[in-house]
Amino acid sequence: MNLVEVKAQGQQEATLEAERVREIIAEKQVISHQNVWRKTTNIRLAILYLLPSIILFSVFLFYPMFKTVYLSFFLTDARGAAAVFVGLENYLYLLQSARFQKSMVSTSLFVLYTVPTSVIIGLFLALIANEKLRGIGFFRTIFSSTMGMSVAASAVIWLFLFHPTVGIINNFLGLFGIPAVGWLLDPTWALISIAITTIWMNLGFSFLIILGGLQNIDTHLYESANIDGAGYFYQLRRITVPMLSPTLFFIITITFINSFQSFGQVDILTRGGPAESTNLIVYSIYQDAFINYQFGTASAQAVILFLIVFVLTFLQFKFGERKVHYQ
Amino acid sequence: MRKRIRPIIFYLLLALSAILIFFPILFAFFVSFMNGAEVLSRAVFPSTFEFDNYERVFGTVPLMHYLKNSFIVSSIVMLGQLVVCSLSAFVFAFIPFKGRTVVFLIFISTLMIPWEAAMIPNFLTIQSLGWMNSYLSMTVPFFALAFGTFLLRQHFKTIPHELYEASQIEGLSRFQFFYKVVIPYAKTSLVTLGIYGFLTTWNMYLWPLLVTTNDMKRTVQIGLKQLQTVEVSTEWGVVMAGVVIVILPTLILLFVGQKQLQKGLTQGALK
Repeated sequence: MNLVEVKAQGQQEATLEAERVREIIAEKQVISHQNVWRKTTNIRLAILYLLPSIILFSVFLFYPMFKTVYLSFFLTDARGAAAVFVGLENYLYLLQSARFQKSMVSTSLFVLYTVPTSVIIGLFLALIANEKLRGIGFFRTIFSSTMGMSVAASAVIWLFLFHPTVGIINNFLGLFGIPAVGWLLDPTWALISIAITTIWMNLGFSFLIILGGLQNIDTHLYESANIDGAGYFYQLRRITVPMLSPTLFFIITITFINSFQSFGQVDILTRGGPAESTNLIVYSIYQDAFINYQFGTASAQAVILFLIVFVLTFLQFKFGERKVHYQ
Repeated sequence: MRKRIRPIIFYLLLALSAILIFFPILFAFFVSFMNGAEVLSRAVFPSTFEFDNYERVFGTVPLMHYLKNSFIVSSIVMLGQLVVCSLSAFVFAFIPFKGRTVVFLIFISTLMIPWEAAMIPNFLTIQSLGWMNSYLSMTVPFFALAFGTFLLRQHFKTIPHELYEASQIEGLSRFQFFYKVVIPYAKTSLVTLGIYGFLTTWNMYLWPLLVTTNDMKRTVQIGLKQLQTVEVSTEWGVVMAGVVIVILPTLILLFVGQKQLQKGLTQGALK
């Protein structure tokens, strides 16, 4: 072999080698391309499946929430279109308005009346319905029944019970020599009447949730406590309540939020009266927006409602978590 | 001795509580059979069980229309929620992808927005879509539900992973796995969510009040408000007949599905 031949062969080999490398690279590229496609299968599928939820949340929850904040900085025309930018004027107006202050006081009192009472009675009912007794299923069904009651039906029934002339509650109190109460006519009692109605409506749900929590507690804990001779109330304090704390924590949060959202019972029982003593925040928003067409101030109130619910939920999560006993 | 007294105490407490709690419902039932004079005399029991008030309530307000509307709206929301929530729950249980945690947090954040805080723009949206007095306005906005998604996801996650792998070896697509394996497996949770969705929609008050102005499209809850304002002066018997008709479907549903609902709600709430 002469030198030229060797050189030529070397060149040929080099081009062959280069071609081979190019082929391999091309092959690899095809594979990696397929890989990108395959790797994104999950995300494409996930987006497809999540799309209905995401669209609905965006259109009917996130967008309107931003729009509410936006509208709260404007004066609006009667059709709800933003007309004049007023900055924080709507909020300042609200904070100075005696009407809004009263609404906030009523709402706070209402929450104070309803939340602890609903949870405590719910806990009591769940405790007595958690006994292993014959016919207990019947009692459980009765206790949960108010969960199936709509706010309109409940309010109409209680309207009748509280009624000044045909109401039967004053009759019943009369049996014990208690003088008649002006349930829906007296400003102080009107708020209490609405609270009673609401507590009654809440009972079914809080009972069901707490009963579920009780049934999740490990029965061995009670068995060993029984062997040690611990009494009912000792077990209640030392086993039941600590083990139940996640459930109680949950039901307190839910009842809290529900109370702030109360509307139907006010609309049917008192229409915000007498003397605006039951003008709870959602009723106030409703009146401002849909009766008086003041969408700006109504939106500002809606933002305040949102902030209250948001902050309280958040605080309760933070603060409640430390007290909660996790298994 | 103590062993024998204990059940007696509990039965006493149970009976007393049951009477107190159920009294308003039972009393509404009694009053629905009373005539005006009996109501005025504050009787507790009706003298006769005649259905006059029930016949009259259908003449006072178009209750038949309201019942039909409520049935249609509640059924559509129930089905819509089942489809939309099970799809998203399937993703959170079976399809991992980058950013899933973020999406999950977005779902959780929806729990912090009270619907009432968003209702003004929603009302304006419904108006501009031309959905006033339409079933669409009372159904579509409620299909997506974070609670329902979490409830179903909880159940989906209990499906053994081997089942998922086996389905892939069998060559099932993921959608086939979804409707052939996951949906039948999670039947009980779906029933729970279905009952929940039907109950809450049937009982909805504020939103139907806003988006319906036409008697042909109103629901039973608004019917009760009307009935109470029209008839309130004298005919409480007729009003209560309306109340009984409206609460009967949900009470029956609740009594039938109570165990199921309790199990599902506690699971969805606590894990």
